[in-house]
Amino acid sequence: MAALIAVLGWAVWRPRGWPEAVAAVPAAAVVIATGAISAQDAGAEARRLGPVIGFLAAVLVLAQLCDDEGLFRVCGVWLARTSAGRPRRLLTLVFAVASVITAVLSLDATVVLLTPVVFATAARLEVRAKPHLYACTHLSNSASLLLPVSNLTNLLAFSVSGLAFARFAGLMALPWLAVIGTEYAVFRWFFASDLEQGAVEPRAPQQEAQPARDAGQQAAGVPVFALAVVALTLAGFVVTSAAGINPAWAALAGAVILGARALARHRTSVTALATAADVPFLLFVLGLGIVVRAVTGNGLGRALGPLVPAGTSAPALLGIAALAAVLANVINNLPAVLVLLPLAAPAGAGAILAVLLGTNIGPNLTYTGSLATLLWRRVLRQRGSGPSLWEFTRLGLLTVPAGLIIAVLALWAALHAGGG
Amino acid sequence: MTDTEGPDSESTVVIWVTEGTWRASVDAALRLAPPGAPVTLLHVIPAELPEAAHGAYLGLFGRGRPDRDPGPRVAELAEASAGELLDAAASRLGRPCRRAEHRGVPEREVVSAAAGAALLIVARDGDRSRLGPKSLGKATRFVVDHAPCPVLVVWPGPAPAVGTIPPHPPGPPRAPRGNRPPTPIS
Repeated sequence: MAALIAVLGWAVWRPRGWPEAVAAVPAAAVVIATGAISAQDAGAEARRLGPVIGFLAAVLVLAQLCDDEGLFRVCGVWLARTSAGRPRRLLTLVFAVASVITAVLSLDATVVLLTPVVFATAARLEVRAKPHLYACTHLSNSASLLLPVSNLTNLLAFSVSGLAFARFAGLMALPWLAVIGTEYAVFRWFFASDLEQGAVEPRAPQQEAQPARDAGQQAAGVPVFALAVVALTLAGFVVTSAAGINPAWAALAGAVILGARALARHRTSVTALATAADVPFLLFVLGLGIVVRAVTGNGLGRALGPLVPAGTSAPALLGIAALAAVLANVINNLPAVLVLLPLAAPAGAGAILAVLLGTNIGPNLTYTGSLATLLWRRVLRQRGSGPSLWEFTRLGLLTVPAGLIIAVLALWAALHAGGG
Repeated sequence: MTDTEGPDSESTVVIWVTEGTWRASVDAALRLAPPGAPVTLLHVIPAELPEAAHGAYLGLFGRGRPDRDPGPRVAELAEASAGELLDAAASRLGRPCRRAEHRGVPEREVVSAAAGAALLIVARDGDRSRLGPKSLGKATRFVVDHAPCPVLVVWPGPAPAVGTIPPHPPGPPRAPRGNRPPTPIS
């Protein structure tokens, strides 16, 4: 337990900006050395996490390569042109783009790559950036339900669910749409006044200055090749999974094809690709997985077990999702999903997917995704008065409970429509 | 924040430059501000926006790579955009003026920056389809309510007609008052 607290504390604290793996890997070594987890169990966990981590690395690289190919820059140009400077239309388009990017290229892509582009677009159009920026941060969580690749939590759940890729997406499609719809309705109402605002006449001269400065690269053309590779990779997920092959191979193939082309055209380097794969993060996930496995095997599982409702009735699913949302909000959704998966797995795929609804929608309650991170930020900022994000919290209080309930009902309907 | 003290003289006109509506405020200053009065163009970057982007990155547990944090990127983009906005406002104004770039909670920054000014010019930013309280957004409402100086509130476009005011609701019956002939004082 001390090892888990150390790992999580380190990840929240991030002393000197050192990678989180610096604590997680030694902690994993300690739990193995002290016998808190047997070497076989640790090995089994590593073997289970290995493909998940590989999958994750491939998706991270794929998203970065899409950015290198100019995909996100083109998104910004398209958003600006299609919205014609009208804030409500822009919000609708941002919802569509952020939902699809999150689902296909993972939440990291939306947070890291799309958010600044959306902000720059809103600023250039002279519309208030707040609704659009908050839409990105919200959807990076709540729109990450659709595919196993959308969120690391999904990949972890997918590896134990026994579901095929297409079946996972089929069951999650309805909850995904339901949550996005709920978010959209709340955003339109919540930001009604901000969305009234619109440029009276476009500020023409500076209009093109920003993207050029932003990218510092060649003019933005639609990256057809990158889009085709992403589409083929998606198809590859479905096909490999149906054939009983781990879809991580399809992700790897997509990343290799796009990476090889980018290398041949000198648009990237091997170092850049290795950096994009974020090896310290992958090690952190591995270390955290082993530590959590040791802790759940030594009492935490027994302690939480009675709290997890049995069965896949609508109230049971709601209970599981609510518990997952609460746990995700205490520390973070990554440890929450690792703790809850073994407990929910016996009840079947429905319960596992309910865990995901909680862990993926829940973090929108606070702008840092969890109370621990939020409190730590408070401690850091005690001297200066940091910006209050009370408005963000109010938005979360409106969207999270409503989104959770609606998503659970949608999941329940999908489970029953598909015959369980 | 380029300056924290208020305007330099008591005759200063402060224009709150906001996205989309700043032209009307600048035009109002050209029309109505006393000639020769010093003008301050004030823009506030909401500090919560870079913070929200940064928070979203913190929510991605375990990705401790500061170079990928979108918070500083958003802050940088916001600075650039604010600069361009103030440039455009200054060139529309066409006379010497002072630029004030603030960061924080917009309504509070504007109120404190207007301390000691002769006039603060703000634009309506709410539902502008009809006359009424909703034509002021939350931040502008706060500024109008708390400004430490006279405030000029302008419509960003043509003002809606008087006919857009909803009819007066029928109130409870009241004894007629005010129309009585004055009673002589004995």
